[in-house]
Amino acid sequence: MTDVEKCSRRHTIAALVDNESGVLARVIGLFSGRGYNIESLTVAETNPSEKVSRITIVTSGTPMVIEQIKAQLGRLVPVHKVGDLTIEGPHVERELALIKVAGTGEPRVESLRIADIFRARVVDSTNDSFVFELTGASSKLDAFVDLMKPLGLVDVSRTGIVAISRGAESL
Amino acid sequence: MNGAEIIIRSLVDQGVEVIFGYPGGAVLPIYDAIFGQNKLRHILVRHEQGAVHAAEGYARSTGKVGAVLVTSGPGATNAVTGLTDALMDSIPIVCITGQVATHLIGNDAFQEADTTGITRPCTKHNYLVKSADDVARVVHEAFYVARSGRPGPVVIDMPKDVQLAKGDYVGPETVAHRTYQPRIQGEPSAIERAVKLIAGAKRPIFYTGGGVINAGPEASARLIEFARMTGVPVTNTLMGLGAFPGSDPQFVGMLGMHGTYEANKAMHDCDVMVCLGARFDDRITGRLDAFSPNSQKIHVDIDPSSINKNVSVDVPIIGDVGAVLGDMIEIWKRDGLKTDSQALKAWWGTIDEWRSIKCLSYDQDETTIKPQYAIERLYDLTKDRETFITTEVGQHQMWAAQFYKFETPNHWMTSGGLGTMGYGMPAAIGVQLAHPDALVVDIAGEASILMCIQELSTAAQYNLPIKVFVLNNEYMGMVRQWQELLHGGRYSESYSEALPDFVKLAEAFGVKGLRAERPDQVDGLIEEMVNTDGPVLADVRVDKVENCFPMIPSGSAHDDMILGPVDRAKREVTDAGKALV
Repeated sequence: MTDVEKCSRRHTIAALVDNESGVLARVIGLFSGRGYNIESLTVAETNPSEKVSRITIVTSGTPMVIEQIKAQLGRLVPVHKVGDLTIEGPHVERELALIKVAGTGEPRVESLRIADIFRARVVDSTNDSFVFELTGASSKLDAFVDLMKPLGLVDVSRTGIVAISRGAESL
Repeated sequence: MNGAEIIIRSLVDQGVEVIFGYPGGAVLPIYDAIFGQNKLRHILVRHEQGAVHAAEGYARSTGKVGAVLVTSGPGATNAVTGLTDALMDSIPIVCITGQVATHLIGNDAFQEADTTGITRPCTKHNYLVKSADDVARVVHEAFYVARSGRPGPVVIDMPKDVQLAKGDYVGPETVAHRTYQPRIQGEPSAIERAVKLIAGAKRPIFYTGGGVINAGPEASARLIEFARMTGVPVTNTLMGLGAFPGSDPQFVGMLGMHGTYEANKAMHDCDVMVCLGARFDDRITGRLDAFSPNSQKIHVDIDPSSINKNVSVDVPIIGDVGAVLGDMIEIWKRDGLKTDSQALKAWWGTIDEWRSIKCLSYDQDETTIKPQYAIERLYDLTKDRETFITTEVGQHQMWAAQFYKFETPNHWMTSGGLGTMGYGMPAAIGVQLAHPDALVVDIAGEASILMCIQELSTAAQYNLPIKVFVLNNEYMGMVRQWQELLHGGRYSESYSEALPDFVKLAEAFGVKGLRAERPDQVDGLIEEMVNTDGPVLADVRVDKVENCFPMIPSGSAHDDMILGPVDRAKREVTDAGKALV
């Protein structure tokens, strides 16, 4: 490992932005144009009356790169606020996945049993398939997907991480 | 009013007097609105790149926002170079682009381009206006964004149907931006810390950049005041020239790749570096791990993303450099602070030793004009007038920066960040329009000038008395220099073959052409050039193989400069160095 990789760390960054056309392209263009990583990105309107969206980005970099990413995000004109959940205190991270498993007989029953252990919900069922809905930390989703592989895993759709700080404070 | 009329009204209410543009199908309604009024003067350029550079020259020489109007598709894509240039050099521009009608967007219609998509990475912000009722608000917001914080270019993409639709006008006073509120005042505790550091310094230096120019003439006045109070040596970046008087003994010259030996040595050996409105770019720092290793660094910048981008600093201050300098002066006076005069005397002694090397010296003989000599003569013969200098990009630009001394801000227009050949002449046109009675000289090279030569026609049309001072060495000189120093003298494609006869070329444009071939003709040429009423293009035949020194070779530390041809023979550039631009 190089020195840069050694001090590279994963950060979860949240940004409140005006929900106007092109705002997502601006954020993504910033990351690709300046060579930053995006591990996951989620975006949805969170305050419809003021047309404000919240973007959650998981990225990694050295402290200097992370500081740059936040400053670069902050100077985009439609960006209201940028927060680094990783350094600003304890926070909760969740991801949702829809996982399709096809099969019959014992593997089908086994998948249902594991789903029960993981507290995944069945949101669609046919005679030879299930769609499970699972929320949790990304590592929990990874583990569940791994367990489904020998049992007829067909398709996975994941949202990427959403995150929020613990306690009474807003971003 | 329709959308087009609202645009003109909004521009006028924003104080725009001159707009640079080129008509086309998708902006015809706006041109129709221009036709019916006399408050806004339109200057017809010959290429949209020229329009943006002209607006940049106008903006940088006045401190106002430059305005541009171009059509859709090729009009917009031709403007991209100018927009990128303005972004890199933080020049406030509002560029209105025509767009195909909203129902045609995305259809690959005639002269359609995804203008907001293309210009997103090369503007500070951009807008696609979808309703005539939004036009006035968007224009006013665009001017606010362009001029506030770190200035930059803003594009407003205007579909043709929106230009024709009826809408309501709102004035500038009704528009407030809800998110973009840049910080002007620096953090007081950080400023206190910075001032204490400066007071305790033994070998301080002020390293100041284009931010001081952008902060307005008061910022330059405060820089001079603070420098006088403290006795600290001052160096300017290429973009910052003029912020501190160039002929002042406290000025150690420009720093960076082709800066003076004393400025770079002082940057390397200083114990406290005060960076004011500059951004530690690669042309300044040289090899990063060897950049000023023993100094405490203070960085004042209005753009938080400039802080700790290339070099980590000890005292970051986010704010307008003029406001922060004002606070620093106040604290200095309040506490009756003084710098250590003994230490500063010793520091100046060291600087004077570096100065005694005379890193800018050159040998002028009787037969061949040295480019440095031509610029020195230009300086001597024009310094007593109100003179504005623009440049193209290359060796001539560096020589201009080294040999022309600027006493006041906003008199030096050059393409620093992007390094755009073709910038100088259109920029000179913009400067001349803003300052009709001043002398405006574009110091150019014969290769650069051909990149926007068509704008000579604009100068002729409006009888703008710009002077294009071409240092003609028949080479893309900086490319040739790098090929000599880094690529074994293999001059691949850097010779300017089939050059036009510049005197005849000037005459073909209806402009006076002049030529000098011997050193004793230089003064006469300059006198005739500056005393001619209309535009002039002067072809000054200079030494073909003169190199620009001193130089920090790529991959080297910033105190490790090549001083001249003799010194150069001892140097080898590493492969890692060759990979750098």
